Order: sequence, then structure tokens, then C-alpha cells
Amino acid sequence: MSTTPPTSAPTAAPSAPAPATVTLTIDGQTVTVPKGTTILEAAKTIGTKVPHYCYHPGLSSPAMCRLCLVEVEGAPKPQPGCVTTVADNQVVRTVSDKALGNRQGVLEFYLVNHPLDCPICDMSGECDLQNYVHAEGREHGRGVEPKRVFGRDDFGGDVLFYGDRCVMCTRCVRFMSEVEKDERLTVVERGNRSVIDTFFDEGLDGTHWSGNIVDICPVGALVSKAFLHKARAWDLEHTPSVCASCSQGCNVELHTRDNVVQRVKPRENLDVNGWWMCDYGRADYEWMNEGDRIEAPLVRQADGSSKAVAWKEALGGLLARAKELQGRPVKAVVSARASNEDLGALAELVGALGGGEIVYRSPRSAEEIVLQGFPTLARRKDLAPNVKGAELLGMHRVGADDATGGLDKVRAHDGIVVVLGDALADQDERFGASAALYVYVGTQLPVAARAAHVVLPVTTHAEQEGTFTNHAGRVQRFWPALTAPGMARPAWLVLGALVGELSGEAVPRTAADAYAALAEAVPAFGGLAYPKLGARGALPMISGAAVSSGAKGA
Amino acid sequence: MAYPYVSDKEARVVSQGFGDPKQRRIDTYVERGGYGALKKAFGLSPDAVVDVVKASGLRGRGGAGFPTGVKWSFMPKQPTKPHYLLCNADESEPGTFKDRELMRWNPHQLIEGCLIGAYAIRAKHVYIYCRGEFFETNQVLARALEDAYAKGYVGKNILGSGNDIDVTVHQGAGAYICGEETGLMSSLEGRRGLPRVKPPFPAAYGAFGMPTTINNVETLCAVPHIVANGGDWYRQWGSEKSPGTKLFCVSGHVNKPGNYELPLGFPLASLIEDVCGGMRDGNSLKAVIPGGSSVPILNAEEAMSCKLDYEGCVTAGSMLGCASVIVMDHTTDIVKAVRRMVDFYAHESCGQCTPCREGSSWTAQIMRRIEDGDGTEADLDTLMQITQQMVGTTICVLSDSVAPPVQSSIKKFRGEYLARMKAARSTEVPVAVPAGVA
Ligand SMILES: Cc1cc2nc3c(=O)[nH]c(=O)nc-3n(C[C@H](O)[C@H](O)[C@H](O)COP(=O)(O)O)c2cc1C
Ligand code: SF4
Ligand code: SF4
Ligand code: SF4
Repeated sequence: MSTTPPTSAPTAAPSAPAPATVTLTIDGQTVTVPKGTTILEAAKTIGTKVPHYCYHPGLSSPAMCRLCLVEVEGAPKPQPGCVTTVADNQVVRTVSDKALGNRQGVLEFYLVNHPLDCPICDMSGECDLQNYVHAEGREHGRGVEPKRVFGRDDFGGDVLFYGDRCVMCTRCVRFMSEVEKDERLTVVERGNRSVIDTFFDEGLDGTHWSGNIVDICPVGALVSKAFLHKARAWDLEHTPSVCASCSQGCNVELHTRDNVVQRVKPRENLDVNGWWMCDYGRADYEWMNEGDRIEAPLVRQADGSSKAVAWKEALGGLLARAKELQGRPVKAVVSARASNEDLGALAELVGALGGGEIVYRSPRSAEEIVLQGFPTLARRKDLAPNVKGAELLGMHRVGADDATGGLDKVRAHDGIVVVLGDALADQDERFGASAALYVYVGTQLPVAARAAHVVLPVTTHAEQEGTFTNHAGRVQRFWPALTAPGMARPAWLVLGALVGELSGEAVPRTAADAYAALAEAVPAFGGLAYPKLGARGALPMISGAAVSSGAKGA
Repeated sequence: MAYPYVSDKEARVVSQGFGDPKQRRIDTYVERGGYGALKKAFGLSPDAVVDVVKASGLRGRGGAGFPTGVKWSFMPKQPTKPHYLLCNADESEPGTFKDRELMRWNPHQLIEGCLIGAYAIRAKHVYIYCRGEFFETNQVLARALEDAYAKGYVGKNILGSGNDIDVTVHQGAGAYICGEETGLMSSLEGRRGLPRVKPPFPAAYGAFGMPTTINNVETLCAVPHIVANGGDWYRQWGSEKSPGTKLFCVSGHVNKPGNYELPLGFPLASLIEDVCGGMRDGNSLKAVIPGGSSVPILNAEEAMSCKLDYEGCVTAGSMLGCASVIVMDHTTDIVKAVRRMVDFYAHESCGQCTPCREGSSWTAQIMRRIEDGDGTEADLDTLMQITQQMVGTTICVLSDSVAPPVQSSIKKFRGEYLARMKAARSTEVPVAVPAGVA
């Protein structure tokens, strides 16, 4: 039974309105933070990371891992930094002998039953147990007892569970119950027999967000089946990007090795996706690694065959023909997976040729999948990243929800036909056959591009710099993670060069130039430039004020 | 002679009626003055009831010894939300068996205490969280509650006073940790029995998120007597800081183990010799744990001079806890006894806090290895350090409970540990070499 009496009475009801900020000292540094901030978050503001496992800013705080205990002057016991709120004149020590000694002790406890199979653990290199123990753990272990063994379990979905590596932080359980709000995981048993488990055989199957538990698991207890033993963490390059699988625009990182995307991870952005992303977006990256790419410009010869030529030759011939046909109506088909810069350049090209109609086709799902505990995040119905961008540029949607049909008029058009990015999967080799000039701009060569006079190889968003506009109008940048194959170039560069020649305007040299040109030409993109967008994007300035997306982090 | 054993040294307040099956019946209880204190309390304001309990100096009998009246006064005076009184009847501390007896011999005394407590803290609902293994006790309680409802002592407009108080008995499912106050609340709410971080304290945010007070069975059983007779009356027993009487659960190597209600401050030596009839078979005393397995062990010398109240136990080097006196004679294997206690904590840790989850089982593993003769002296240093690392670093104090038995036994019975070490053994135990091996 309890051997220590409660240390203090319940806090009295607040009286006078308290000041909005609190000033305290952390490791000798004076810190001023909003009232109600926890010590752990206050320490972050001066660059001090207090080690922790169970705390995650997107989840409730059970204060159970006991790693973030810090010394607070006047408190009889060390206090958990994750739930102890700051107070005026508080003196906190996170690296004192006491605090360090405590952490060393807790870390030793973690190792009592930990398998330390780092050499074959996918988390190795980015593991918070490895990192903390290396930084602050005991030099030599004292454990000689046999270790507890749980073994492995397939949790369903993309998730494998290595029970022996679990540090019992319950982040995974809390994510499923508090964020996805679909309780699929629980702690079974108690004491050091506690183990994470699923309820029924279905496990995580049928959930939409469970991939996130692999990210937030601080160790290698939850690992991705898709990534299992694929690459070592230290061999991966991380490139900030934007998920291209729906119009939410989750901020992500593409992790690559040897010019291959190995996995996709969410990147924190409280205005868009918090710390999360859906399982569809996470799994949708193999297409970026496809090898059957168009590697050189192709020009159709008199005998109907195609010849690979240099860029100069392809564009030279194309310009000559375009000038002859200038004034003939243009019909263009674009993909909503193309960047704002690419679409903007295409719109300019159509204008320079004398104008015409630009349509896009894009798949739509019947339902939105909302992340219940962070409802500003949903897998949107529009399954392409830049539908909003295309709409803002006056392009309009044709075809069915599976992105087929709607191209009858383009197919039979006898003027100029330009296709950007649409794979034309539902079309045959007669597509564009009656066009006076048919230009196909894409990454792969479909049968429906056989009639094209010129085929121009371009890059995917994973190979170029650019921006997408998400469903809420937020413009967000992405960066090249892969080297483009062969002679493929970004569409904005290729189309921009043609526009320059046709109109005499300056040719954009960088993606930033291309965006600047777009911002000047189209008010809906106005008021923004690359430096201002940063890594987390922004809403365009419309009549001086940023449009609020209403999105807010949990 | 009655109820297994009784002694003329006892001062029986809450244990009146132990051994008398008639006392269970509501009619007998009322005949003997039962529910009179409830009527008296209803005639006072809730705050006046709190004052009487404060004046008595009654301290929580669940182990921590926190003054009950003071605890009650933490509750909001103007309720804006429902208040709850929880009665902690999960009694699971090794060596403790007093609450069970209080409930099975005198259930109405507890119900009356609960009603008075609820009135004092302005609660309209009381939950008695009763240990699941107490099968018979649960039945007795349920029966008594039914009768009390039928006779109008519980429920709507009790005895025409206009007060509504409901009482529910909730059966636990067998976990020591559900006796920890916030673990009990989690369990009562239908969750895993996990203790919660304080603050918020129960008086602000307790069961179901509402202001809550939690008291032990024995604490609440003392309340009707105090309200009926006054705070000064209760102070005729015990000392300034430890007033009143206390049930002592004596187990182990005495001739007459059992529950004895004695004035606080009673000498431990006299408890063993006079009340419990001395050591079994005339054996000599080796050690005593005065307050349940969570408190330090006293050696015979310390035990002989120990006064059994809150201050006296601290002076002797231990704590009164819930006054579960475990007496061990010279045949006791201290290492094994302590290992057995540590096994209990390792088994019962809820597993949230790393120091407790890993530390308790690690300690148990080392203890087992020492018991089996494979220990080294360095293991004792490790034990001292890791158990210390478990003190004051966790959500609840289950973790803190591992250190007292381990550390006190290593300090006071080091020789017994050393005698089991590999080094000490190796000369005696021949290494078996299979035939044919050089
Ligand atoms: C691990 C643990 C187990 C406990 N078990 C019990 C118990 O079974 N019964 C009890 O009354 N108190 C138990 N307590 C003490 C309670 O937390 C609490 O202090 C007590 O119920 C308060 O009542 P009191 O003020 O009347 O003593 C336990 C404490 C801990 C830390
Ligand atoms: S979880 Fe971390 S410490 Fe454990 S095996 Fe994996 S990399 Fe090593
Ligand atoms: S599996 Fe990972 S996230 Fe889940 S409790 Fe274990 S360590 Fe934490
Ligand atoms: S100290 Fe032990 S029993 Fe108490 S909450 Fe922590 S793990 Fe659970």
C-alpha cells in the first residue's frame, strides 16, 4: 500500500487572470514561453531535446516512459517534462548529475530485455534507443540474466511487429485510438509481460492510416513490410517533397538510395498533415522508379517511324511547324499531376500559338477518408496533387471519375494537339491522327502517342523542382529526389523555351523563374515566390491578405 | 475465546462483532445502535462532519496515513459536477487481511461509513471497489446493501432526510495495482487498471473525471464511531499524531496469528508475546515486517523496541503502512522471503513505467539467481542501485515498494546473502564431472 502521502493539495481554483507568458530558467538559460507550455516543449525552444519515448506532440501524454524526468528546483522528486507545465521563476535542470543519472538508469532498464539486434534491425541508424544509449547510457552493461522473448507478429496492413524491441511507449496504441480512432491495438498483460497486440485476426487490415505507427515507433519494434531489409537508414538521402496521391498535399520526404525511391515518410506540417500521411500515399511510389522511360525527343519521319534526335533539332523542327500553323486552334490535354510551373508554361504556349482549349482528366474516388483525430487531414476525393492548380489556370475537367473518356473532340481535332502528362491509357494509335500538329509531352510512350509528330521527354515531380496547389489553395514546393533518365527535362523548361521563341519573352532558367512568371501572369498565384514558400508552403496573397485554410494542428 | 483469537489488550471499535454472524444482519446492526451516526451526521452540515473527523485525527488506514478529514476538505464546497466517494476494498497488500474481515462480519458498519463520508464530501454516489477474489465477502456486501436499500438507509431520500445517496459494489478482477487510488479509478471506469499521473489530484479530477475522494475500508468503518462519539473520544487511544485504534493483521510464526484491534502505539514486543501468544514452538524471533510487504524489514532488536504507530515505526526504521505485521522466526530464509515479495511486485507492476516494469522483474531475476546460489557479492551492489533507481521515478509508488524489503534485508541480513554466494558455496559443492571426461 501507499507509503508516501500526497505531496500537495489539489491546485486551488485560478483567481486573477494570469499573464500570458511565463519566464523560467532551463539549464541556466532564461526562457519565456506561453503559459501552459510543458517543460519539454519549452526546452525545445532553446534547442534542448529532452530524451523521451512516450511523449509525442500529436498524442496524449501518459508520462510513463520516465525518460524525460528533469530536476525542478524545490520539487521533492524529478518531474516528467512532458506533462509538467512551466511556472514563473522555475529552475529546471535537464543535464544535471541527477537528471543524467536518472536517464542513465532508465536507459539501463530498457536494455535489460532489449535484444540489441541492431545489425539486422531496420531502425538502426535512426533509432532513439541507439541514439540515447550511445549519448548517455552506461559504458558497460550489467545485465547477465536471460532476456524475455516475445518474437514477431504480422500486425496486418504494412506493419510487422518485433516484440522484443518494443519499449512499451504505447504510441502505436494511442495513435490508433486517438488519431485514427479505430482501436486495433492494445497492451495485453501487465508488468514486463506487457506486449502490444491486435484484437482479432484482421489486425490492422482495412485501416487507412496505420502506416504512421511505424514512423512514430521510436525503435525498430514496428517496421514496414514494404521497406523490410531494403536499405540501411544511413544510406538514404532525404528529399522534401509533396505527396502526389491526392489533393491534400501531405508534406513528405522521399528517401532514396542509388537513384531509387525506397520509401516515403511524412514531414511535419501542422497546417496540412500534422505528422501523418495516409497508407495510399505512402505506398504510391514505385511509379517514380519505373524504367520504361522516354529518354530522348522523338520526331516522326516521313515513313512513319520515329527517330531519336537532339533537343535542338526537335525543338527547331517543332517551332518551324508551329509558326506555319500559328492561329490554328489548339486543343490541349494535361495531367493534374503536373506542377504549377509546367501547367503555367503549357497555358502560355497555347496562348502563344493563338489560343485554344485546355482540359484535364483526373481520377476521383467516391469517398473522402478523414483522419478522425486530425480532421483537417483527409485522403481527398481528387487523386491527383494539382487539380486546384489546373482549375486556377482555367483548365477544366473532362472524362469520367476513372480518368477515362472525354477526349472525343481532341482525338478528331485537325488543328494543333498538345498532350502534357496524360498517359492516354484509354486511347488507341489513331489518337491525334487527323491533327495538323500533334505534340506529346510525357514520361512514357503510350500507343496513343504513335501519331505524334514530336514526342518530348519530361521529368516526373520526383525529378524536378516545382510546386503543387493543394485542395485548400496552398502552394507547396517539392525538390528533385532522383536524377532524370536520359535527356528528359522539366516540362516548364521545355515548353518555356518554345514560348520564348514564339513570343520573344525571356526564357525561364529556373523553377523559381517559372513560378515568378506564373505569379505575375495569373493573380491566383500572386504575392508568392519560392523563398517565401519555404519548405512548408503558403497561401497566395489575394488582395493583400493570405487566404486562411482554417487548418490547425492538434 | 471467540473469533479465531481475541485478547484482553484489544480496544475493539471497528472490530466489534467479529465472529458474530448475527452482526451481519441489518436488524441486529440497527438494534446495536447502527445507522445512528448517519442520522446524527444528517443533522449536521457536511462541513461540520468533516470537522469532527478532522478533530479525531483519523488517518487513512490504506497505508499512506493521510489525515482523512483534511483529505475530505479538499473537495469543492459548491459542487458544479457530480462528486464521488470511492471505498478502496481491493485489499491485496501481502500480509493484509483486515478489510475482508470488516466487510464480512460487519458490512453495515462500512455502508454507514460510506454514507456519512459521501454526505460530508457532497457525493451522491459511492462505489465500493471490492477485490474480486473475495467471493464470500462480495456476497455478504451485496446482501447487506439490498437490505439497506429495502429499509431506506441507502437510495433516495434516506430516512426522510432529503439526502439521496446510492451505493454500488464493484468487483475487481484480481490486480494489486487496482488498489492504487488512480489505478482503481481507471479500472472502475472500465479501462485497464493503470495509475494516472498526479496532478490532477482526485479531488479535482478523479473517477469519471469528477471530483473524487477515495478511502480505505477501515478508514470509513471508523467514521460512524467518531461521528457518534466525537473526535475527543477517538483520541482516548493512541498519540497526538497517531490517534485511535488500528487493526493489526498478524501473520507468520506466532502462536495466535489473526486480526487484533489495538490502540495505536502498542508495543510490537507485547503484540507478539502477550497478544499473539509468543513465537511458535518457542523459536527465536528473526525479523518483523510491521506494515505489509512494502515497508522495510526490522531485525529482532529493532522490532523489540518498536512502538506500533506512525511515528514509532519510522523511529524503528520502518513504516506502519497498513499495519500488516509479518513475524519471522529463526527458521526463515530471508533471501527466499524477500525474493518472494519481489516476485509479487514484478508480477503486479502494471507495466507503464519503465523503472517499475523492467526494474521489478530484473530485481526478481537477480534475487532468484542469488537464492539459487549463483550470485556474487557485486550483485548486492547492483540490487541496491537498481532498487534505488526505482524510488521516486514513477507514476505510482508500487515501484518504490521494491526497495524497502530488498535494501533493508541486504543491510540487516547481509550475512545470509553472502552465505549463498557462489564463492561461499564453491568449496562445498563438488562439480560433477561426467565419467570419461578428463
Ligand atoms: C500499489 C498500491 C496498492 C494499493 N492497494 C491498496 C488497497 O488494496 N487498499 C487500500 O485501501 N489502499 C491501497 N493503496 C493505497 C491507496 O492508493 C490509497 O492511498 C488509499 O486507498 C487511500 O485511502 P485512505 O486515505 O483511507 O488510506 C495502494 C497503494 C498502492 C501504491
Ligand atoms: S530498436 Fe534500436 S536499439 Fe533496438 S535493435 Fe533496433 S536499432 Fe538496435
Ligand atoms: S511497438 Fe513501438 S510504438 Fe508501439 S509501444 Fe512498442 S515501442 Fe512504442
Ligand atoms: S510505478 Fe509500476 S505499478 Fe505504478 S504506474 Fe508505474 S508501472 Fe504501474
